[in-house]
Amino acid sequence: MSDIHALSGAYAVDAVDDIERARFEKHLAVCAECQAEVASLREATGVLSETTAAEPPAALRDRVLAEIATVRPLPPLTTPGATQEARRQPRRFRLVALAAAAAVLAAVGVGVATQPWADETSQTQLSAADQVLKAPDAKRTSLDFDDGAKATVVHSDSVGKAVIVTEKMPPPPKGMVYQLWLDQPASGMVSAGLMPIEADQTMVLEGDAATAKAAGITIEPAGGSDHPTSKPIALFDFGESA
Amino acid sequence: MDRSAEVAPDLADLLRRSGRADEAAFAQLYDATSRRVFGLALRVVRDPAQAEEVTQEAFLEIWRTAGRFDADLGSPLSWLMTITHRKAVDRVRSAEATTRRDTTYHHENQPVDHDSTAEAAQASLEAHRVRGALAALTEVQREAINLAYFGGYTHTEVATMLDLPVGTAKTRIRDGLIRLRDAMGVGQ
Repeated sequence: MSDIHALSGAYAVDAVDDIERARFEKHLAVCAECQAEVASLREATGVLSETTAAEPPAALRDRVLAEIATVRPLPPLTTPGATQEARRQPRRFRLVALAAAAAVLAAVGVGVATQPWADETSQTQLSAADQVLKAPDAKRTSLDFDDGAKATVVHSDSVGKAVIVTEKMPPPPKGMVYQLWLDQPASGMVSAGLMPIEADQTMVLEGDAATAKAAGITIEPAGGSDHPTSKPIALFDFGESA
Repeated sequence: MDRSAEVAPDLADLLRRSGRADEAAFAQLYDATSRRVFGLALRVVRDPAQAEEVTQEAFLEIWRTAGRFDADLGSPLSWLMTITHRKAVDRVRSAEATTRRDTTYHHENQPVDHDSTAEAAQASLEAHRVRGALAALTEVQREAINLAYFGGYTHTEVATMLDLPVGTAKTRIRDGLIRLRDAMGVGQ
């Protein structure tokens, strides 16, 4: 843990990229020491902002107050770990087999994940991933691949985020990368970030999962693409009312 | 969070009430903290129009999640500034991703401004105390924190900008923050 622990300072000031953030938050969920350290360092940086205080334009106040008046505050997080199974468990998803390169990922079966995180009840300061995983309305969709790999997408409308958890994921073809997408009704497939090349990981998808219809994974050239350039190797359908 | 006038109201109480959709409480919260929120956003994104947008995004997020603030995990101010900072950083990074600037951009137009933390400073006692604590850092720690926190750069970018071996900047950031924390006596 020493290596990842060293990232606490950079994480506390958001000086990490998405991949590092996902890795560190996975670690943070189980490391009380890092939780305490991050919290204490954020107390320090919070005070730093005293040196940059500046008066916002008066009109901004009106805009902010007008906007929040139209938005419902989220309910508090209650008893993490006592996650109720979602009433609606959309399990419809399609797995589109990819032709050549990543044939290793051909699926053999699908199933609902066994929630390995459900017993994780430690008093964490909830990371973004945890907020989704422990949200009362968290919904899960899992895909099993025939080489033992498994991918689970958990999304929560109340948190507005989706998280992907992978196990034993094979590396993508050389020079390629797994890219995540959210299927947004208004704009189609929108990039939700690149997956780190690591078999087991937990990663928060960028973008608003509450409005998305589905999440997908494609194989893209290193660096990622603005739009999918290949068929998805996996699609996780959030259900029609999501 | 005690002595400066603009954070005098009980922020935790205002957050609790905001979580119950109390718009008047939220307006008080805004009045008590908007200078901090806007100032940090402005410092990170630098463009005033974008700083306003980031401020608006941050306050919307604060409103939506106010009911989830947990005083056991940190102070209200720390929570507010964490949300603000993340919004600001997301803004500069996504702007960067879309413009795909030349990879050497930071060598050309990113001066390492040693004293930038002082430039917009208010003449408050608290700010004075913070600057005192910053002055106690090593130069590399101070620059690394400055670029990471106020510049919105990743530790890898900071390492390049400061000509540090990869992997060292994160250590400088952490060491510096710990020193800062201890010097200011917060977060213990």
